[in-house]
Amino acid sequence: MDSLLASIEALLADNTIFTLDTLSYYGEGLTTTVQLVFLSLIVGLIAAVPLAIGRGSKRRWIKMPIFFYTYVFRGTPLLVQLYLIYYGVVFVEGIQDTWLWVLLEKPFFPALVAFSLNTAAYTTEIFHGAIKATPRGEIEAARAYGMRYSLMMRRIVLPSAFRRALPAYGNEVIFMLHASAIASVVTIMDLTGAARFVYARYYAPFDAFLFVAAIYLCLTFAILYLFRYLEKRLLAHLKPASG
Amino acid sequence: MTLRKLFTAGLIGTAVLASTAQAEVRDIRIGVDVPYEPMEYRTPDGELTGFDIDLGNALCAEVGIQCEWVVQGWDGIIPGLMARKYDAIMSSMTINDERREQVLFSDPYFTPPSAWFAPTDLEMGNPDVESLEGLTIGVQRGTLQDNYVTDLYGDVADVSRYATADDLVLDMDSGRVDIGFLDYPVGKSTLLDSEAGDYKVVGEQITEPKEYFGDGFGIAFRQRDEDLAKAFNEALATLKDNGTYEEIHAKYFAE
Repeated sequence: MDSLLASIEALLADNTIFTLDTLSYYGEGLTTTVQLVFLSLIVGLIAAVPLAIGRGSKRRWIKMPIFFYTYVFRGTPLLVQLYLIYYGVVFVEGIQDTWLWVLLEKPFFPALVAFSLNTAAYTTEIFHGAIKATPRGEIEAARAYGMRYSLMMRRIVLPSAFRRALPAYGNEVIFMLHASAIASVVTIMDLTGAARFVYARYYAPFDAFLFVAAIYLCLTFAILYLFRYLEKRLLAHLKPASG
Repeated sequence: MTLRKLFTAGLIGTAVLASTAQAEVRDIRIGVDVPYEPMEYRTPDGELTGFDIDLGNALCAEVGIQCEWVVQGWDGIIPGLMARKYDAIMSSMTINDERREQVLFSDPYFTPPSAWFAPTDLEMGNPDVESLEGLTIGVQRGTLQDNYVTDLYGDVADVSRYATADDLVLDMDSGRVDIGFLDYPVGKSTLLDSEAGDYKVVGEQITEPKEYFGDGFGIAFRQRDEDLAKAFNEALATLKDNGTYEEIHAKYFAE
């Protein structure tokens, strides 16, 4: 490991900006960004499934609150949501004395909450659309077999809805990655935070931001590749028959 | 022939002497851009005042000349010097190499200080590596304070970087930031003089090392006015020795 570091250092010897020191900032930033985006996507995904089913419910008291939630979170900028959650909680009297403060003191958790709520709102709408688009014939067939609502959802509606939602959801994942760039406004040292730090330190906007743009491109490419693979596997039945 | 040479030499000598003497006693005008509190600003009745103005007047008195202040916008302040609208600039001008190519600077007369600010209940002596360990330090992103803290304490403390001083104050209010390192005037106006009011300065004001805090402010003259610059440098040294400088400094930067 030491010899590896030494060889990298030798490689970077002529470089005034990209020293081992600054690269370690980018490295930490990469870890933070991936953690933040990955965790919020997981939370958002788990929350979105029941919300999407509820969103299509016939009962108004289930449907309307969920609609209100997605409307608010899709209708306001993520930056504003992040500010409200990060700085807003402070104005709750006496919050510093509760156990919540352990989580809210550092910027990571408030950002995670904001991102999760935001992506959950979008994912809910994506899934809701996909569920609504289930062909009537499939539902009628399930009923003809005497399936209960829950069984029908589990066996028929959700599996095909997930497949239909896949391309749109892949977009949401990429949007989330790019939206996470605003995390640095609440002092999180994510990828963009690292780039802003290097920029301010060396007055080198091009080098700092081009480098970070390249990292984002690599991440996006990895996500694209993953979703293309999933689509190939899960949507195989939609491909035109060859031959 | 010899006599004539001698006469010429004498003539030149007298001329040189006369011009030097003249440069030292000549009354001058000084260009200044207002307002930039507390360095230079106007009192409610329109009088010019501030650290630069008081120190400038004291320097002129020490040199033994009359000084007149000329107000000039910052954009045209160096061209105005070249165009002889005034003979010196004393307007919180940071000494740097770019400006050195155009003007002649006096010795630095002031380095804007930075200071540590914390809630009054934080108990700490002079902040150092040991006392700052494990704390969260707030700075404005990309400022010299950011560089200073990152290099000296980045390994032992958490450094939180904010876009504006207001965001930093908000997080200090809520207890997310333990101690902030700011431009002294900025910290004074946003923390010490604010409504919240429960803040104090921790330790000394910091202006060293030069690597971070720069060369400080200098008085700018035209390149050829070396005698004038020399006279001001001597006067500045005298004022620092006899306590006048300290007195003026305390008037505007007392804690």
